[in-house]
Amino acid sequence: MSVGHYLLLSAALFAVGVVGVVTRRNSIIVYMCIELMLNAVNLTFIAFARQLGDMGGQIFTFMVMTVAAAEAAVGLAIIISVFRNRLSVDVDDVNLLKG
Amino acid sequence: MPITIPPIDLLAVAPEIAVSGFACLLLMTAVFLKGKGGWVNACVALVGLAVAGWFALCQGAPRSAYSGMYAADGFTQFFKIIFLLGTGLVVLVSVKYNEEENMNNGEYYALLLFSTAGMMLMAAASDMMTLFLGLELLSISLYVLAGYARNRPGSNEAALKYFLLGGFAVGFLLYGMAMIYGATGHTDFAGIGREAARGADNRLYLVVGAVMLLTGLGFKVAAVPFHQWTPDVYEGAPIPVTAFMSAGPKAAVLAVMIRVYAQSVSFMHVDWLVWLSVLAVMTMTVGNVAALVQSDAKRMLAFSSISHAGYAMVGLAAATREAVASVAVYMLVYTLMNIAVFGILALVARKNEQRTKMRDFAGLARSNPVLAVSMTILVFSLAGIPPMAGFMAKFYVLMAAVKAGLYWLVLAAVLNSAVGIYYYLRFTVHMYMDEPEEKLPPVKASPALVVAIALSIIGVLLIGVVPSAYLEMAGRAVVSF
Repeated sequence: MSVGHYLLLSAALFAVGVVGVVTRRNSIIVYMCIELMLNAVNLTFIAFARQLGDMGGQIFTFMVMTVAAAEAAVGLAIIISVFRNRLSVDVDDVNLLKG
Repeated sequence: MPITIPPIDLLAVAPEIAVSGFACLLLMTAVFLKGKGGWVNACVALVGLAVAGWFALCQGAPRSAYSGMYAADGFTQFFKIIFLLGTGLVVLVSVKYNEEENMNNGEYYALLLFSTAGMMLMAAASDMMTLFLGLELLSISLYVLAGYARNRPGSNEAALKYFLLGGFAVGFLLYGMAMIYGATGHTDFAGIGREAARGADNRLYLVVGAVMLLTGLGFKVAAVPFHQWTPDVYEGAPIPVTAFMSAGPKAAVLAVMIRVYAQSVSFMHVDWLVWLSVLAVMTMTVGNVAALVQSDAKRMLAFSSISHAGYAMVGLAAATREAVASVAVYMLVYTLMNIAVFGILALVARKNEQRTKMRDFAGLARSNPVLAVSMTILVFSLAGIPPMAGFMAKFYVLMAAVKAGLYWLVLAAVLNSAVGIYYYLRFTVHMYMDEPEEKLPPVKASPALVVAIALSIIGVLLIGVVPSAYLEMAGRAVVSF
């Protein structure tokens, strides 16, 4: 298996994530799709780091994982506070502000 | 493999350490104060910002710290001062608002300081990793701040939209970074520039990566067509937070764009400047035209902030040293005037932000003439009418663009400013010529807000009348990189 395969897989994962964000309406699923995009990025970094024989990409992956965890904590808290006020986490229901 | 530990240059990151340290302190004072004495929190935040400002001023000779991941140069220093000034103004604007809305706790100020630390890290980033960490520190704090008025559905909604779209944009940004890393084998901008100039073998990765990076940054700076979140988030977030979001983070992303795209124009063989010019024209035009039809002042200012990002990007597209200096001055001026305008809006909006419409400014000239004059000076400056600083800032950016030969871009910017005058003057018309629909007790500014407004007006007039000193300062800052 060459690096190209991994890149293809990660590009596909990224695309799935993007499509999910654009089409899904439940904010938790949208957030899961964003996480999928970030994991696709991680895979890309690892694949390139392996190809280049360079540690930089692997370290970057750690950074992405850490930040994604922090983001998850904040994001789920936001989703909960939205749910408390509206009893729904559907992004179509969140339409108080025009636009 | 021997491991060499790079020298630790604490003085270079002292401002960030000070700001984060005071943010942690605020989290503790908040516990001991138990929700009382919110002004103590504000004072602690201001002291933290002042300490950081002092560290930023005595940063020392331009150098690169932490094995090339952090640039402690004049450019960083200039932007750090802008961020600290902006956050200081926001703290002053927040005190009374937060008291009324019952959200005057330490966490609010701690989050402001954490996001300031993120912005400073971004301005200093000379490596994609530092850039990413700074950006996320800024963004995650901002997601929380946007939803800080927990019981207000609008604020919830702003936080959710900002969070989901922000996360989406960061996905693109990171994928772009991964592609650039794959093509060049470097994460530091200098290394990427070197490899790209050498003519990398994987040009496709490089182009895809750079476009995705630009998408991610464009989202954060609210450049059209990545601006859809801006009006909603700005409208829903509490007013002081909107003031904060509209100034500092924009300046931070522009600083990053300058470092990535303008500093290393040879970055890639794609012609960046054309891309940036197109983005700038779209951003200015869409921002201005959409602002024309708004009746809500908060939303109008959101669109106006989009168009201001567009003007600044004109300077970015010119990409000369002079242009970069003028963009830095533009961001300084913009921070000063925009935060003060939002401060006045917070006052006029009253409790629970009931009155954020343009027509709620009606009769302000009679009920509070001093406030009306201040607002007039500030919106004139936003519109770019001499002798306010807004005019000089725009003038220098456009001058630099003319010298770089971007005539059509300058023409678009001038036409857009003319459109801008119309909607900014609507504030003045309402304040001086309209009668209020209902009798309300006159608004009264709190001492902290008076200080904030006075500081920005002094700044706006000072920079407007003697702009050369500031431009020289910015010029010196730019030379170092």
